[in-house]
Formats: sequence, structure tokens, C-alpha cells
Amino acid sequence: MLGTAHDNPKVAALKEALLSAAITFLVMAPISGIVLKGYAFEADFTVPVYAALIVFVLRLAILLLEQNETGRKILVRLSPSKGGGVTVAKPGGVPWLRFILPLLFIAGLVLPFFLGKYWLTVVILAMIYVLLGLGLNIVVGLAGLLDLGFVAFYAVGAYMFALGSQYWGLGFWTALPLAAATAALFGGMLGFPVLRMHGDYLAIVTLGFGEIIRLVLNNWTSFTGGPNGVSAPNPTLFNLEFSRSAKIEGNIPFHEFFGIPYDSSLKYLFIYMVLFLVVCAMIYFVNRLRLMPMGRAWEALREDEIACRSMGINHVTVKLSAFMMGAMTGGIGGVFFAAYQGFVNPSSFTFFESALILAIVVLGGMGSVVGVIIAALVLTILPEALRDFADYRVLIFGILMVVMMIWKPRGLIRIHRPYFRVKGGKA
Amino acid sequence: MSLLRVNNLSMRFGGILALNQVSFEVQPGSISALIGPNGAGKTTVFNCVTGFYKATEGHIDLDDNGRHTDLVKVLGERFRVGDFFNPKAFGDRLYYKALGGSHRVAQAGVARTFQNIRLFREMTVLENLLVAQHNQLDRNIIHGVLNTRRYRRSEKQALETAMHWLEIVDLGPDANRLAGELPYGHQRRLEIARSMCTSPCLICLDEPAAGLNPRETGELSRLIRTLRDEHKVTVLLIEHDMGLVMEISEHIVVLDYGQVIAAGDPKTIEADPKVLAAYLGTEEEEGHE
Ligand SMILES: Nc1ncnc2c1ncn2[C@@H]1O[C@H](COP(=O)(O)OP(=O)(O)O)[C@@H](O)[C@H]1O
Ligand SMILES: [Mg+2]
Repeated sequence: MLGTAHDNPKVAALKEALLSAAITFLVMAPISGIVLKGYAFEADFTVPVYAALIVFVLRLAILLLEQNETGRKILVRLSPSKGGGVTVAKPGGVPWLRFILPLLFIAGLVLPFFLGKYWLTVVILAMIYVLLGLGLNIVVGLAGLLDLGFVAFYAVGAYMFALGSQYWGLGFWTALPLAAATAALFGGMLGFPVLRMHGDYLAIVTLGFGEIIRLVLNNWTSFTGGPNGVSAPNPTLFNLEFSRSAKIEGNIPFHEFFGIPYDSSLKYLFIYMVLFLVVCAMIYFVNRLRLMPMGRAWEALREDEIACRSMGINHVTVKLSAFMMGAMTGGIGGVFFAAYQGFVNPSSFTFFESALILAIVVLGGMGSVVGVIIAALVLTILPEALRDFADYRVLIFGILMVVMMIWKPRGLIRIHRPYFRVKGGKA
Repeated sequence: MSLLRVNNLSMRFGGILALNQVSFEVQPGSISALIGPNGAGKTTVFNCVTGFYKATEGHIDLDDNGRHTDLVKVLGERFRVGDFFNPKAFGDRLYYKALGGSHRVAQAGVARTFQNIRLFREMTVLENLLVAQHNQLDRNIIHGVLNTRRYRRSEKQALETAMHWLEIVDLGPDANRLAGELPYGHQRRLEIARSMCTSPCLICLDEPAAGLNPRETGELSRLIRTLRDEHKVTVLLIEHDMGLVMEISEHIVVLDYGQVIAAGDPKTIEADPKVLAAYLGTEEEEGHE
């Protein structure tokens, strides 16, 4: 653009990239080039120089790519997706899926045996987020209800297990359904009065509810232990405990029963297995739901509530069912979290968690199960892999969100509507 | 006995009196039309009848083959002083306050379409029709997850009903397309098919011919006749296309400034000077000459 008409296009590109870099430097220099040291300012231009360099390289690359055919094709593939994020599935479905799914299932089952204890815990946490993502996906993705306090149900589940075992001696297996039911009950009590109102109210009320639950857990010291938290017991398998020695009279530790040496990762292995099966069941469940009257009604409500009402669908109860189903999943996730950490305190249930789970759903492509799974794995495993950049975690997170909103506003994975095979499909 | 009775219906939006003591009746098995200039309050009447607005005053009653429904009560009304001395009335009103709403009206057998089409745009045509049959399906989650025989039968039945209606409105080949992708005329027909899938006794069509070309309007008038003649549903429609209205309707109610100014068969309406005045904007006095 700077160059004259008879400039070589490559030279012109170089000039334009240089100009972009210069502008970047000028903008960045006052923002991050001046460092406060003690009471004095100090000029340190490394960050602006790096920024300018990155802009220079990227701009040059784009300009050069634009100049030939293959380059343009690459650019088109990378450019923001346009049009709707929804297509109808192909008739007959995906043929190789019936081979891939069992393979993935088996891979998931044997995976923990190849992981060290540290990575095992990371993967468990990732799976918990997959579960939470699937739960919130029902509420936000399918039913279109913005829930900003999802972490509340997660907390209810976790504390149900921890407090339940402390006060009433509940075990892992009793706590699981009980926490699911309690979380669903909380969801119902919260949802019933709010869900008949306009959508925005729900976002605010759930945001408040999330904070209330956290504050109650924090301040009701006599019952919940306050900020000090409560410890949660280890899970058991048919009264076999995963600790070095049995905590409860009459129980035998797992390793003694099978005559293997004690290994502290046995507990995580067990949690992983149960969690993996629960997540698989949940995936199956959500996929079935989308084809069932209830799931269809959720999506229809998201599309057009007024039209739904005109067809005799009670929007309050249908929304409530989605809300409670999501809450229930959150509660189950909470039990696994408590069992995995062996300890819960209110600082695990801040608004940031809700935001993270929501980000998983939005990035994954609202309503897409595969997208949610990928997003959950990426958003939880990546920060662990990039521990060195821990300081920039939230920054990178924010940038990722902005880039995604520009590049693929409808999320990673396109939604596929089910295809129905009908006889005599002609007029 | 008439199918729908609207009695002294008034609707007030703040300072605007959109409907003023509107009364009319719809006979079972008839095609009736509600006409009037823009802003006369036709859509407001529909919204009151189908439960989207709570009427400020008045009664709306539906009598479908001896089954009577008070379409105002099912929306959930305010408590009255008397209720506190009458547990039955109190219980009734509490029940409808908690669980009532416009869906009750639809369940009583009143279906409708919208002036600006409201389809589930990102769902397929078939899914649109399946959602409409929600209340007739096996909704048990456990049956669905386990894919029991009863569930499969209910889904198959629903799919057949959906295909049946698609053939009637001539959309068979579009069954697996997204509703939002269809051309405008097809969307109009799909919306009619969708409301018919709820198996209503009364269908309210809000300007079904708006935006259609003459050929499509002709098809629409045949479709409306078919609905009444073969599918035994009563039709109440709002329409601006006078040709269409005069051709298919047996009873016409004319609304102007929220008031019924005339009612009767097409012949009487055509000749009524008040109607001409309302439509042509002439002074009332000139109409009386
Ligand atoms: N929700 C509303 N809030 C305020 N005024 C309304 C509302 N709905 C309709 N009205 C008013 O009621 C009158 C009748 O509108 P409408 O029933 O849409 O007329 P039409 O006969 O063209 O369908 C108009 O003056 C309109 O402004
Ligand atoms: Mg109107």
C-alpha cells in the first residue's frame, strides 16, 4: 500500500508488514514498555519488540500467502467460518463410528495403566470437567438457559459426600445417588420460581446462588468447617478400602485382599475407572436424549419459547427438567472431586470455576457433545502441560475466547441434526 | 353450540385500549375470518384467545364436543377475596397459577400460527413436527434411554403422523432439511402442518397468505379447505387478502380500533358501509349517506 504501482509485490508486502510492526511497537511501547520499578519508571522494550516481531512475521506470511493460489486456499480454510453452525447428519450416519467408539472405550480403560500418578490425577480432573461440561451443556447448550452458578451444584455434591461421611457415615456409593438427588433438588427449588421469567433473570439469580452457596459453606463454620474445609473419605469397592490400612472396623484394604503391594495411585486408578464409566454413560445418555421427546423439547425451547408454548409444551417444567438434569450431573461431578481430593473447601467453588465450565460449553460448540469433551480436555490438560506459563493462564484463556469468538463463533464442532429415514419420502 | 365464545373481551396496554368489549362466536366446522385495518387489534384477539396475553376483562370459552374449557381461567388468575373462604376455588386458582399458562390453551385444542413465522429454524422439518406432538408421545426418560418397544412404537407413530402432514402440505422432499433453510412459502405451510400435528379442534391462522404469490395463495386456500373438510378442524383466520377471505370464509368479523364493527357472512360484510368506511378511511358520515 505504501509502494508505488511498479513495486515488486513481494517488496510491497515487506513494506506493509514493516508498517504494521511499527504501529504495533508504537501502540505497545507505552503500554508494556514502561515498567514501574520502586518509585521510578524504567524503559524496557523487550515485550513491545517481541509483539512487533510477531505481528511482522504474521502479517508478512498472510500477505505472501495471498499472492499465490495454494496460499489463498490455506487462508480460506483458516478464515472465520461463515453461515450457520448447524447441518443435517448424513443418512446412515458415520460408517466408521462403530469401530472407532469401541476402540476409544478400550483405550480409555487401559490408559491409566500407562500414566504416572501425577498425570493420572490430571486426567481425572479433566474427566471431572468433561462430566461438568456435559451437565452444563444440557442447561446452556440444549435448553438455552444461561447458568452462571453451575459450580453451586458441584459444591453441593462435593460437600454432600464430605459432610455426609463425617456426620452420617455415608460411603462413596451411597453418596453418589444421594448427591445427585440433593443437587437436583436444589436445582429444582432454585429453578421453579425463576424459570417462568425472562432468560436474563436466570443468569443473575444463578450467579447469586453460586456465591450464596460458597459463602454459606465458608461462614457456617460449625457445620461445614468453614475455610478449613472437611476431609472426604476414600472410596471403597465392596468394602475394600484404598488406603494402606483399613479405616473402618471390619474392612480390608484392597492391596491386602489381592495380595499386591500397596500403591498410593490405586485409589486414583479406581476413581478413574468409575469416573470413566460414569462419563461414558453420560455421553450415551445425552446422545439418546437429543433423539427423545424431552431433548427435542429442550432444543425447541431454545429455538423459540413462544412457538413451544403454542404447541402445548409447558415451558416451565421442560426447562426445569433440563435445569435439574444439569444440576444432578454437577452433583455427581462434585462427589468425584471430593473423593479425588480427599478434602474439600469453599475455595474450590469460586465463580472462576463456573466461568471455566461455561467456557468449555461455549468453546465446544453449544450442544455438541464431542465439542464439549474436546474443549474440556484441552482447557484442563493444557494448563497442566504449560505449567511454566501459569502466570499467564487467565490471559491466554481470555485470548483463546476472543479468538474463538471471531474464528468460530459457533464453537469447535458443528452441530448435526439427526436424519430420519422415512419410507415414501416423496410427495 | 358454538366452539369458541369470546365475550366482552377487553385488553389494555398501559394507556392504549387495544380491544374494547369484543364479542364474537365461532361455529364448529366453520371457516371464520377476522379482518380489519392494520392496528385494529386482530393479532391481539388471537393472543388473548391462545393465551399469550391475559385479557384485562372478558370471557373466552371453548366447547369441543361437550368438553368445556375456560381459556381465561387456565392461564392462572389473581386471587379474589372470596377465594379465601372457599377452599375449592382457592385450590383451583393456586393450581392454575402454578401450573397454568398458554400451554394449557394449546392442550385444550387451540393451535395457532404466527404473523411472523416462528419455526424452530435450526431443527429439521421433521423435528419441528415431532416437537408439536410432544404431549402425545411416550416421554418417559427410562423408556427412551432403554429404547423399549413402547417407546419405539410411539416414536414411529409420531414420525408417520409427521410424514402424513408433510405430504398434505406438499413438503415431503424437504423432510430432512433445516426449517430455516426453506423458502418463505414452504415455511408458511410447514407452520400450518406443525400446528395441525398437535391435533387441535380449532386452528388460528394469523395472516397465512402474507408474502405469498398468487399461485401460492391459491394453494393455501385449497389447503385451508382441506383442513376443514377432511381433517374436521375449525379454522379462524386473520387475513388482508380480501379475495381469499371472501372466497373461503363463511363468517366474517370486522374489527376497527379494537371494536367489532360488523359481523356476518361475506355478502353482508361486502355490502356494509361501515366496513367500507373503515377500510377506505372515509368519514363515518359519508358511509351513512
Ligand atoms: N404487547 C403490546 N404492548 C403494547 N401495545 C400493543 C401490544 N400488542 C399490540 N399492541 C397495540 O394494540 C394495537 C393492535 O395491535 P395488533 O393486534 O397487532 O393489530 P393488527 O390488527 O394489525 O394485528 C396496536 O395499537 C398495537 O400498538
Ligand atoms: Mg397483526
